[in-house]
Amino acid sequence: MTVFAVMTAGLFPIIHIGRQWFFYWLLPYPNARFLWPNFKSPLIWDVFAISTYLTVSTTFLCVGLVPDIAAARDKMRGWRHKVYSFFSLGWKGTDNQWRHYTRAYLYLAALATPLVLSVHSVVSWDFAMSIIPGWHGTIFAPYFVAGAIYSGVGMVLTILIPLRKALKIEHMITDYHFDNLAKLTLLTGSILFYAYAMEYFIAWYSGNPFEQETFWRRAFGPMWWAGWTMIICNAFVSQLFWFRKIRTNLTALFVISIFVNIGMWFERYVIIVSSLSNDYDPYAWGQMTPTWADWGILLGSFGWFSMWFLLFARTFPVVAIQELKEMIPMPRLRREATDGQTRPRRPGNLRAHRRGL
Amino acid sequence: MAKPVPGVLAIFEHIDAACDAIKSLRAQGKRNFTVYSAAPNHELEEALGVTNSPVRLFTLIGGMTGCLAGVGMTFWMSLDWPLLVGGKPIATIPPYVVFMFELMVLIGALSTVAGLVLLSLTKRTTGLAYDPSFSDDRIGIFVPAVGGTGSEIERIVRDAGAVEVRNAA
Repeated sequence: MTVFAVMTAGLFPIIHIGRQWFFYWLLPYPNARFLWPNFKSPLIWDVFAISTYLTVSTTFLCVGLVPDIAAARDKMRGWRHKVYSFFSLGWKGTDNQWRHYTRAYLYLAALATPLVLSVHSVVSWDFAMSIIPGWHGTIFAPYFVAGAIYSGVGMVLTILIPLRKALKIEHMITDYHFDNLAKLTLLTGSILFYAYAMEYFIAWYSGNPFEQETFWRRAFGPMWWAGWTMIICNAFVSQLFWFRKIRTNLTALFVISIFVNIGMWFERYVIIVSSLSNDYDPYAWGQMTPTWADWGILLGSFGWFSMWFLLFARTFPVVAIQELKEMIPMPRLRREATDGQTRPRRPGNLRAHRRGL
Repeated sequence: MAKPVPGVLAIFEHIDAACDAIKSLRAQGKRNFTVYSAAPNHELEEALGVTNSPVRLFTLIGGMTGCLAGVGMTFWMSLDWPLLVGGKPIATIPPYVVFMFELMVLIGALSTVAGLVLLSLTKRTTGLAYDPSFSDDRIGIFVPAVGGTGSEIERIVRDAGAVEVRNAA
């Protein structure tokens, strides 16, 4: 999901730079005028952050898929066998392969995790490094990281609940997982709640009339509906997850996850549109009305993401097979030598394993 | 296709049986056998006496190279054509930390994958007998053997509890 979302996100700067055919001007490459990019510009930080994020996430996904593609290869016949054989890169699950694989995968995970914090911080600095009212805040980096996890979990819930039913994998993705996803939503939703409150506080406390006007307009101006949709969907709806019954009710989770998606879409809309339409020069104030091209780009981005995601779900295992197998205890011929019994034990199911049974 | 290696392929259903077979083979002085499994397993690693993979060195060296590349690229490029923007210093650390970090992660991750590929190639896997059930739920042990040693290996793996033993090529 990350990879396809970043592929979608990467399209937007390209769409908006105007002269798409010069996008490579953003990269530091030796050119005829011996000019280099301005490394103090957040736009260049973003180029590096997003391209690193895309490359490392794709690498992590592909490395994780290799043993699973090999498992699929061994079940396939005919031309499918040939295709999966090619993509399994000769994986056989030998002791030497696992020895290096487990370590390499661990280090990739360790490298990719702080990357989540960095990419969203850098995106937030695209806004915060400017002096536009409503954007110029030091709270932006943690605020965007929390928002990204919040909307990411929301999207996971929206996709996972129907997918789990369609693929009949209810025994693999259990209430335990949904409960924990809901708790993560509650945590990040509460951080957002704090961040929204703090933004209003900073606007009031700063004494800056432009900053105050921007936030006043977000709540009571012409865009009040967008401002309140954002606050209600993100800060208030997530608070429902204090109740265990709601956290484990899939219908409630699905409905709330839709609110999370709507809320987070409006958060970006409010941040970008409200600040840009009302900045320092009242003569230039105005209202933004989306054109058919804007709606087209939005719909196209939904289609682009869905196409990649569905193609992936159709072609590759949606649950990491080898990670699941690693968790399941393997059958034994004899019990441990200490009790001297020889009764074979059945492999425990995943839930029993998790409970420590 | 690579030329098949002659030897004995033992298939196990139980983890403890496979570990016993590995220990017995090691006790007999056999070292060059191959163990197949669908997922990594600590008991198998223990029986095989697996040590830490050197792939971590690739990660460390790649990460440090990336970080230094970030320092070098930003400072050199800024000073190569000094452009004064907004009265800010020409070359300065705080905004360049982003590049140092991103390049550290990028080159660290790519060199980890390169290390994984290179180290996996150090031991041959082609030509060794394999069974598709090894990516499912079985554990396999392939011991290269020529002539009379095959029967002894067969006895060791059968005693340990192999569910199937095959003679490969």
